[in-house]
Amino acid sequence: METLYSIFPELIRIIVCAIGGAVIVFGNALVMGYAERKLAGHIMLRPGPMEVGFHGIIQLVVDGLKLMGKQLVVPAQADKPLFMLAPILAFAPVFVPLLVIPFSDKLQGFDLDIGLLVILAFASINVLAILIGGWGSNNKYSLFGAFRSVAQNVAYEIPMLISLLAIVFMTNTFSLREVAAAQSPVWFVVVQPLAFLIYIVAMVAETNRAPFDLPEAESELTAGFHTEYSGMSFSLFVLGEYANMFIVCSVATVFFLGGSSGIDLPYAEYTGVVWFLAKVYALMFFLIWIRWTYPRTRFDQLMNFCWKYLIPFSLVNLLITVVVVKLI
Amino acid sequence: MNVEPLEDDRHHRFVLNMGPQHPSTHGVLRVLLELEGEYAMNLHPVLGYGHRCHEKIAEHKPAKSFMPNTARMDYLGALIYNHGYAQILEKATGVEAPQRAEYIRVITSELNRIQSHLLWYGAYLLDLGAFTPIMYAFDDREHILDILEDITGSRLTYCYYRVGGVSKDIDDKFISSTRAFIDRLRGRFPMYEQLVNGNIILQNRLNGVGDLTPQTCARYGITGPMLRGTGVAYDLRRAEPYSVYSEFDFEIPTETKGDCMASFLVRYREMEQSLRIIEQALDKLPEGPVMAAKVPKKLKIPAGDYNSSVEAPRGELSYYLVSDGTDTPYRLKVRTPSYSNLSVVPEMCQGMLLSDVVSAMGSLDLVIPEIDR
Repeated sequence: METLYSIFPELIRIIVCAIGGAVIVFGNALVMGYAERKLAGHIMLRPGPMEVGFHGIIQLVVDGLKLMGKQLVVPAQADKPLFMLAPILAFAPVFVPLLVIPFSDKLQGFDLDIGLLVILAFASINVLAILIGGWGSNNKYSLFGAFRSVAQNVAYEIPMLISLLAIVFMTNTFSLREVAAAQSPVWFVVVQPLAFLIYIVAMVAETNRAPFDLPEAESELTAGFHTEYSGMSFSLFVLGEYANMFIVCSVATVFFLGGSSGIDLPYAEYTGVVWFLAKVYALMFFLIWIRWTYPRTRFDQLMNFCWKYLIPFSLVNLLITVVVVKLI
Repeated sequence: MNVEPLEDDRHHRFVLNMGPQHPSTHGVLRVLLELEGEYAMNLHPVLGYGHRCHEKIAEHKPAKSFMPNTARMDYLGALIYNHGYAQILEKATGVEAPQRAEYIRVITSELNRIQSHLLWYGAYLLDLGAFTPIMYAFDDREHILDILEDITGSRLTYCYYRVGGVSKDIDDKFISSTRAFIDRLRGRFPMYEQLVNGNIILQNRLNGVGDLTPQTCARYGITGPMLRGTGVAYDLRRAEPYSVYSEFDFEIPTETKGDCMASFLVRYREMEQSLRIIEQALDKLPEGPVMAAKVPKKLKIPAGDYNSSVEAPRGELSYYLVSDGTDTPYRLKVRTPSYSNLSVVPEMCQGMLLSDVVSAMGSLDLVIPEIDR
């Protein structure tokens, strides 16, 4: 009885974290889906969704209901278990990174010592899901999309990690909360501008967004790896993609933009979440903005850019950081 | 299918069927790609999905009433197809269109050409993954469609030219709105140049892709902006001036490299030259009738062979008519530019990346109903 009593607060914490994670994943997908369509519309000289609710505000809810009601079509020649597994595998891991993100000083699921590693490890599972989905669909376009995605994500994880490592060397910790706390006088974007730039580029490639959206290049591969998916299995991929965007933008916020710091509001240890979300969504806006502005790069150019520029520059940046940290 | 199966036995190659429903073939074109990794080792365009027997239909009805069909062959250059057909019948029967009608033909044909190029501009960038420019291009194109709708009655498949003139005179509203459009499009060019043409991603995607030489073009009969992209300033409006084109001052934009970027820039600059022609034609527009006085109801074509060519947005368009002396052509052959331009694809795209195949085929500015007429 005594032991149950002692783990009771932890149990409550886990339940609250799970609910909070679900709220963030679905809420973020609704906000981002609407923002993406609305911003894309205005960038393209058209109003975007206008019919359902005031300025189409509940369009995404209706779309979600529609997708839930659709039949799950499995192609006759597809590998059925893999085909059904892929969307779940794309969607399920996104909850874990959300647990270690410090939304404000006190709003954090678990402050793990290896917070960054948890995020990177679970974000990488997405590649596996895309590969399984592309292979399981038994469609040549899907397969191309999957292959491109694997090559691209594996390549871009390297500069992403190295640019973050520079910060880790400076702060001497993998814990996201301590990294955020270490930026009290100046944000690391000022100290490490090159690492920030590299991270932003790698982040766009990591989330398969334009101009690096080669895995789903619709003019070449119709829809890439999710060509054969429909209904809820398709929307799980989309939910996973938006959640991944949220996670990489959160990491950028924590590592470079000072986490939840900002002008102090009342109850600052909780209301810092306002600043945190403002920074995250500013980055997301940037992602949407470039998606609807630039054409798509070619695959070899994308890989060349990573191996010839991003990785060497991030290594040089890391080396300089290490030397400077050692000297100081 | 009559298509020869491609060699598929080598285990590391596989055949990808691009089209007839594919976002970047812009119509019912089907291309069989034999791929090795992402490299296209062999390409095989398969035609015929949109064939409507226009040439055969021409043998079954009076020559004058074939005019609407010409618009259906190339829905983007409909007026220019009208122009070529009206011209060959005028040549055959000796009917002369009045001067004002010729000017109106030039103005509307050039508007049609700009409209076609604007659509290509947007759709091509869509192929390259830029979603937004097509909306801006369509925004501009919409003005042309409105202007032409006011005067011709339709927005896409025009039937405005007649044997011996045009069906309706233009009015002051047409002139003022055309002038307003010229100013508008000139104001938009700097935006297109800064936002799109100068973009580093676009330049990397197009430079050095799909190289052509004048010799290759000659072998395949490639005309239009693709040929001018290789440095040959061959434009029928200048080479064999028809209608009243000899009276205008305009340049033939050329590039020397012959790659996708070259034909991209040629097409882009042609819009400006078309604006210049329209401007001059509006200034010089003579007064008078727009139809020849005596055009017989039943147009008897004297027996013989006739040929007439015009510069369509995609290259040289030729009509070849054989008459046996009745009012119905014995045979009408249409030489459409897209068909010849497409024939270079297997050679041009061999060994290219899949993404480059898309950009090379986009630079042909294919209009599929023109290939399958």
